[in-house]
Amino acid sequence: MSFTSLDAGRMRQHRRRKAVNAVALSLALAAMAFGMFWLVWILWETVRLGLGGLSLMVFTEMTPPPMADVGGLANAIFGSLAMVTLATLAGTPVGIMAGIYLAEYGRDNALGRTTQFINDILLSAPSIVIGLFIYAAVVAPSKSFSGLAGSLALALIVIPVVIRTTENMLSLIPNALREAAYALGTPKWKVILSITLRAARSGVITGILLAVARISGETAPLLFTALSNQFWTSSLTEPMASLPVTIFKFAMSPYENWQKLAWAGVFLITLGVLLLNIVARVFFRNKH
Amino acid sequence: MPTPLPGARPAPRAVRSPWADRLFAGLALAAAWLTLALLAGIIGSLVVGAAPAIREYGLGFLTSSEWDPVQDRYGGLVMIYGTLATSLIALLIAVPVSFGIALFLTEMSPGWLKRPLGTAVELLAAVPSIVYGMWGLMVFGPILARFVQLPLQSLFDGIPVLGALVSGPPVGIGILSAGIILSIMIIPFIASVMRDVFEVTPPLLKESAYGLGATTWEVVRSVVLPYTKAGVVGGIMLGLGRALGETMAVTFVIGNMNQLNSLSLFEAANSITSALANEFAEAGEGLHQASLIYLGLVLFFITFVVLALSKLLLAQLRKGEGAAA
Repeated sequence: MSFTSLDAGRMRQHRRRKAVNAVALSLALAAMAFGMFWLVWILWETVRLGLGGLSLMVFTEMTPPPMADVGGLANAIFGSLAMVTLATLAGTPVGIMAGIYLAEYGRDNALGRTTQFINDILLSAPSIVIGLFIYAAVVAPSKSFSGLAGSLALALIVIPVVIRTTENMLSLIPNALREAAYALGTPKWKVILSITLRAARSGVITGILLAVARISGETAPLLFTALSNQFWTSSLTEPMASLPVTIFKFAMSPYENWQKLAWAGVFLITLGVLLLNIVARVFFRNKH
Repeated sequence: MPTPLPGARPAPRAVRSPWADRLFAGLALAAAWLTLALLAGIIGSLVVGAAPAIREYGLGFLTSSEWDPVQDRYGGLVMIYGTLATSLIALLIAVPVSFGIALFLTEMSPGWLKRPLGTAVELLAAVPSIVYGMWGLMVFGPILARFVQLPLQSLFDGIPVLGALVSGPPVGIGILSAGIILSIMIIPFIASVMRDVFEVTPPLLKESAYGLGATTWEVVRSVVLPYTKAGVVGGIMLGLGRALGETMAVTFVIGNMNQLNSLSLFEAANSITSALANEFAEAGEGLHQASLIYLGLVLFFITFVVLALSKLLLAQLRKGEGAAA
């Protein structure tokens, strides 16, 4: 065998490997472009059709009957804000306390490990099942759909998100900080509240913001808890309209004025959720 | 506790009583138990709610395709098939694309692009599912019908298996559309998990391979993938869990028709989540409601198993990482 034929064989193999590499990397590039393509397309249509449906009336008028000339989403926007606020207020303390338990008390015991495992599953569990649970636990016994039931369902979605971020953020705090505080004779609760939780504050707030973003767009858990309402209500014991459920109802209808309002609603929700996400990120990055 | 020496002054009592400590620890413990109770509550309420249907049909419910509220006879096969079929289509599209995105982000992207592109992928994951549903119904469906379904039908017309797969009304609503929308939804989830697990590969391993003259693709295939395979599968399972339980994106575009007459991908069908979303609020108490809750129980069981597997696989990768370090 001569050197030249050996070299030729190697060159061939080399060229083949280069070619395979080029194909694989082009496909990866194409995949990235594919992913970005959908993001841009969806956002573009949301902005285009959403701005088309948007007017001052959207914020001031109640949800209209089909084919009406005037009408807005005021009651749905209010309902969404009310339920999201309540759910965040109810879910956040529970989530933070459970996160504290996992990071500060239950690091090495069975309860801690089990809770962490179950929590990660609840984090991705189908949200419509949470709706079924609240229906069985609250709506069926009280025999009425209500804003309160809707808030509770959303709160149950807040809890796992907040637990997860709180635990992660607390785990990042160096132990030296805790030990320094203990050495001064500080009781544990005070160490946690004024030292570790304080040091992890920006991360925990980021988690809460992400939880708010998540529940603002949730539709499935509200369908049979808060139901919907054509009128303005601030009573938590009555069915309450929300943006996502109203969008669902309006989008599936054949009426043009309803569909236009649905797009306006989709635009508002997307804008709100993306802004919350960006604020959470910027906030977190500036602190770290 | 050391006994004080005789004659020594008793140790000064702690200034603060430990009640605050105990209260705080108790609250934290209660919150952790509440999370576990939540899971128990969900399972318990589903089982109780589904009990009438479980008694009536048993496991035969899973294989019967009859869903007739008028005659009060129910079987879940149509919805279970719809859920599985749409999720399968979603995975078929999402897995290769997510792999490509993760590969691009970890090995190819210039440093200054990594962050904005990674953020963009994560934002795609944050867009509420109702937006995907609405977009799928109003924008994507008609385009799919006109530029994909019609040409496919004329292409496969008369060919036995392929022809049957693409029969039915080309209106952009059905199993295929739902699967595609789902895939767009889960790509960001899978891609960001894959990117994260790719990044745990020790640089030393990769650089050794590069040093031997391996190409980027060879490094990914022979070093990164074998090292992270548990995590990659975990990420895919996480995406599958999301796809199975997704409600709004599917409900908008699947067509909500209880049929299983044809295996066509273009035919309107139904999934567990969309049946619940459409029928539950109106279902009268009794067998109809119980059957819907039974479906919810089946869904929860499937997603629970999938997500638990995903979590175990991802934990396994982390353990390996600890052992290697």
